[in-house]
Amino acid sequence: MSEPGTQEAGDYNFAYLDEQTKRMIRRAILKAVAISGYQVPFASREMPLPYGWGTGGIQVTASIIGQDDTLKVIDQGADDTTNAVSIRRFFARTTGVATTENTVAASIIQTRHRIPETPLRDDQIIVYQVPIPEPLRWLEPREAETRKMHALSDYGPMYTRLYEDIAQYGRVTTAYDYPVLVNGRYLMRPSPIPKFDNPKMDMNPALQLFGAGREKRIYAVPPYTSVKSLDFVDHPFAIERWDQSCAICGAGDSFLDEVITDDQGGRMFVCSDTDFCRGRLAVKAAE
Amino acid sequence: MYVAVKGGEKAIEAAHRLLAEARRGDPAVPELSLAQIDEQLALAVDRVMTEGSVYDRELAALAIKQARGDLVEAIFLLRAYRTTLPRLAVSEPIETERANLKRRISATFKDLPGGQVLGPTFDYTHRLLDFALAAEAEGAAPPRATPAEPEPAPRVSALLGVEGLIEPNPTEVVDPGDLTRDPLTFPADRALRLQNLARGDEGYLLALGYSTQRGYGRNHPFAGEIRVGTVEIEVVPPELGFPIVIGEITVTECEMVNQFKGSAVAPPQFTRGYGLAFGEAERKAMAMALVDRALRADELGEEVTAPAQDQEFVLYHSDNVEASGFTQHLKLPHYVDFQAELNLIRRMRAAWDRPEAEAAE
Repeated sequence: MSEPGTQEAGDYNFAYLDEQTKRMIRRAILKAVAISGYQVPFASREMPLPYGWGTGGIQVTASIIGQDDTLKVIDQGADDTTNAVSIRRFFARTTGVATTENTVAASIIQTRHRIPETPLRDDQIIVYQVPIPEPLRWLEPREAETRKMHALSDYGPMYTRLYEDIAQYGRVTTAYDYPVLVNGRYLMRPSPIPKFDNPKMDMNPALQLFGAGREKRIYAVPPYTSVKSLDFVDHPFAIERWDQSCAICGAGDSFLDEVITDDQGGRMFVCSDTDFCRGRLAVKAAE
Repeated sequence: MYVAVKGGEKAIEAAHRLLAEARRGDPAVPELSLAQIDEQLALAVDRVMTEGSVYDRELAALAIKQARGDLVEAIFLLRAYRTTLPRLAVSEPIETERANLKRRISATFKDLPGGQVLGPTFDYTHRLLDFALAAEAEGAAPPRATPAEPEPAPRVSALLGVEGLIEPNPTEVVDPGDLTRDPLTFPADRALRLQNLARGDEGYLLALGYSTQRGYGRNHPFAGEIRVGTVEIEVVPPELGFPIVIGEITVTECEMVNQFKGSAVAPPQFTRGYGLAFGEAERKAMAMALVDRALRADELGEEVTAPAQDQEFVLYHSDNVEASGFTQHLKLPHYVDFQAELNLIRRMRAAWDRPEAEAAE
């Protein structure tokens, strides 16, 4: 037994999980890809990172990652957020694969709460960390019920909820984790990405995998699959807008984080996707 | 100007160094050894083994040391380690009836075959702080009376069973599911529920069990029997075809005997609730037995009205590794979602302040 905290990666299998477990997870992923948007139960394992901190995404990544992969991990769009750093280090330590902050250079991108601004390609896989996979959960707490509702495509209650929002507030008051219909069949939670990112999921060339560790579910959106955000003809889905542009790179079309600069109400807006922001700066500098 | 508000690699490293320092505490105070934790904080070790689902005193002691005494964190460490262990064999069912008993009490009979054996219990101690312990000058323990040769101690439920006053235990042998290999599905059968409860948080089960005693799914329990003892673990290697003993573990078992008025399909008789934990963990085993019985409401034709009777509620929220992780994930940054909400509320607020402008929009 080695000292805690100093154990060598060699003490563990490649990517931490044993091969049997990876095989089980890959089977679940295959099923998820075959039935897009359907939540496949899988025997989620305890991981050395806490539940709610990305164990689903980590298990999916651990099951698909190979020696030739290049991994990028983001949280809130950024590579340098603490949890992204921690997960990237975990894979660097247990697999030794190359890691990158460059969206274009990555073959696997694990994410929490964002989709990169840079469009993805068909040789990339994006792995979402999912806290609550069930889109109907706030309408019906019972899993036995919600599975039935999915089986029957009984999504009326969700439309009713959206309608009630519009009737009461004049708009849908869901800003993130905005429900989508995948391939015209399964209602799916896109994970808590801002609805700003929802349109990126639609017909995306990359394979999109979703892992929920604590809830023990995997689901997927295969490449070039329709992902439609729920809406009404007279109230079409719309993404959020800013009156500002990024204070660093000047982007007017990216998701902006608000940074409080003093206690006098001073604030600035900057790109949440740090790689995108850096890339734009580099292009500007070259010009 | 904009400085890096997002944490980075260096901050994490510094935090880990601080943690290592805080864990060790004042270097002038001697360091704890795993043996000391195992011997002198034995009940903490028992809890970590039970909820961590690994019977290994040394690893549990290590987890407690590493977690600075935070037992839920220690359980988490042990579970994460457990994930990496190969599954070599499945043991035969343990025979608590043949346990080498350290403690055995029944609240339902004054005396019974095998007797009431108190063992090393906190029960009946006066909870007065013992300042002699603070002086760290413990004398040698007084000599113990030689224990009497143990008599066979048949189960209380078996004694009741002779008269047919208690429901029989299920006799058909079904392969129990395995929660660590298959995700929980509902309705969950009793074997799966018990697995979940065995790993479940002691405090959570205690509160749920307690709630049944206070009228939220009341099931009229009696502590039929509580036994603490060592049992042998046997496996049948396929190349041998007969069981061999691979070791011994200490377990605490509780069989609740619950009143039942009968239903359309079952005569009036006592029913059972069952609890089992590694080591000495009586509170856990008793609470588990109460909750097990509560969760049988459906099967016994009782109306499900209380939280403790609700399978999904009880089983989905019992695991403290899951619960602790998800509760504490709120510490992670959520500023993208918060920004989206902020945007929304600003626009809603603007509309609220100027309803006519909104109508014109």
